[in-house]
Amino acid sequence: MQKRAYFKANWLAYLFIAPQLLIIFVFFYWPASQAMYWAFTLEQPFGGGNQWVGLDNFKAVFSDETYWASIWRSIVFAVLSTGLAMSLALVLALFADRQLRGYRFFRVGMIWPYAIAAPAAALAFRFLFNPQSGVFAYLNTLSPGLWNPALSGVDAMTAIIITQAWKQVSYSFIFFLAGLQSIPRSLIEAGSMDGARVMRRMVDLQLPLLAPTIFFLLVINMTDSFTDSFGIIDILTEGGPARATELMVYKIYVDGFQGLDYSGAAAQSLVLMALVILMTFFQFRFIERRVHYT
Amino acid sequence: MIERTPLLNIVTHAILILGALLLVVPIWMAFVAATLTVAEVNSPDVHYLPGGELWTNLTAAWTRAEFGVKFMNSMIVAIAVVIGKVIISAISAFSIVFFNYRLRMVFFWVIFITLMLPLEVRIVPTYSVAANALYPFQTILDATGISWLIAQISGVELSLEWNMLNSYTGLILPLVATATGTFLYRQFFLTIPDELVEAAKMDGSGPFRFFIEVLLPLSRTNIAALATIMFVYAWNQYLWPLLIITDRANYSTVVMELRRLIPGPDAIADWNVAMAGTLIVMLPPLLVVVLMQRWFVRGLISTEK
Repeated sequence: MQKRAYFKANWLAYLFIAPQLLIIFVFFYWPASQAMYWAFTLEQPFGGGNQWVGLDNFKAVFSDETYWASIWRSIVFAVLSTGLAMSLALVLALFADRQLRGYRFFRVGMIWPYAIAAPAAALAFRFLFNPQSGVFAYLNTLSPGLWNPALSGVDAMTAIIITQAWKQVSYSFIFFLAGLQSIPRSLIEAGSMDGARVMRRMVDLQLPLLAPTIFFLLVINMTDSFTDSFGIIDILTEGGPARATELMVYKIYVDGFQGLDYSGAAAQSLVLMALVILMTFFQFRFIERRVHYT
Repeated sequence: MIERTPLLNIVTHAILILGALLLVVPIWMAFVAATLTVAEVNSPDVHYLPGGELWTNLTAAWTRAEFGVKFMNSMIVAIAVVIGKVIISAISAFSIVFFNYRLRMVFFWVIFITLMLPLEVRIVPTYSVAANALYPFQTILDATGISWLIAQISGVELSLEWNMLNSYTGLILPLVATATGTFLYRQFFLTIPDELVEAAKMDGSGPFRFFIEVLLPLSRTNIAALATIMFVYAWNQYLWPLLIITDRANYSTVVMELRRLIPGPDAIADWNVAMAGTLIVMLPPLLVVVLMQRWFVRGLISTEK
């Protein structure tokens, strides 16, 4: 749905679009194509250019068990943190939208974590989760060694999932609330006229009307969890214990910048890009749908 | 709408209070820890109320992570990204929406596609560009034979180089290279009624004048929202600065320094100082969001009501 243009093309149009195009060419398209090139070549150890190796890098990546493990972990992380954050945000938004007394206060109360940097939140949670003196240390008084993210992989995964979910609640909340408020008032009133009480209207009216928002947030949150997780993992668990929290982006960082395997990291980047593009593809469809909706 | 639902109102408030608590408790605990002494923070019983050591811990964190310079760096980067983004997005969206030229849909898609791949996904290649930002142009010149031509004519070997590692430009420019802002403006520009543009044209205004005197004042809310989002985004960057800044004394940002605050395994865990440090890092974007939240929410989603 493109609006018709108003002004005839002149130098101003090109002048105005030029900076944006230039900057995305240098920092987006060029690097992306470069990654393609690297993924199919292997850098010589002592210089002397890149050697074409075809699909070898991908074969190496995909035959690596730790890579499959990192994909699997990324998916578990994405699904659980998204599910947790979105269901909490949805409930809070539904009730906040009733706009009872204190509505403004609650709105700010739900939105502010959006501002917190992922690594900063991770540091706070690292303190809360530490098995000696944190809040979770309480679990260890019930049974010693029950909780220790530095030793148990499951505990470490739980820790990063909770942190990510905590951080994502506000973002979903904002969109849910906006979605609820764009439902025409007349519809709600008609519902109540027909005898639907508050809870009934939530379940049978507002929830179905929120479907596009839910879908949109599902995609956004999943993509975010693939990309945003780096700061959380680096501060909270450093990929450990024993690689139990090494998700895809973290692995690219470790392999590429600590292991200096650029070709392997480039191949991994391509796989990750493909995955993210696939997920965003659905997002495009949503945006199309949304236009028809309202 | 007036409904009498006393019981449900209580439930509603209970749920909302619970939710707000759930969100605030982790940071409250961090805040409390930042006000305790090392001995208190390491004692097995959990403290829920603040002590009196906040200031000492804050100054300890400030000096340990050498926040002075880094705080300035973070500010410079965040503000530069905000300004760059607000301007570049506005003019590019203006060009795409209001001008009629053949390539505009192509440009739109070229820009829109960049929404799909966040910086974190393409760190490896972007890093190589940052090492020499002019490398793409060098390659193009080499490939097209222009640099050969220049070398033949003037005898000068053409080698373009602009190293962005350890520099503000390296921190700032890649963050500006995304389409979020352009998309936000575009969505808003599409809601501008045709009559307004017709009226402006009728009054003899050219595109530039229309942009400055009509469009920009109308997009105030959008600009506020975009500025908020971008400030938070730029301030909170972690992975990218970590990669391109090795000269930590001069160019590192506060978020990068969080790692240095993690208590080591051997020494006594001074979580109080670490938490004071996190509070310092969290504060600026938090203030921005809380102060701007009205415009921020409104600009993020254009509600039709």
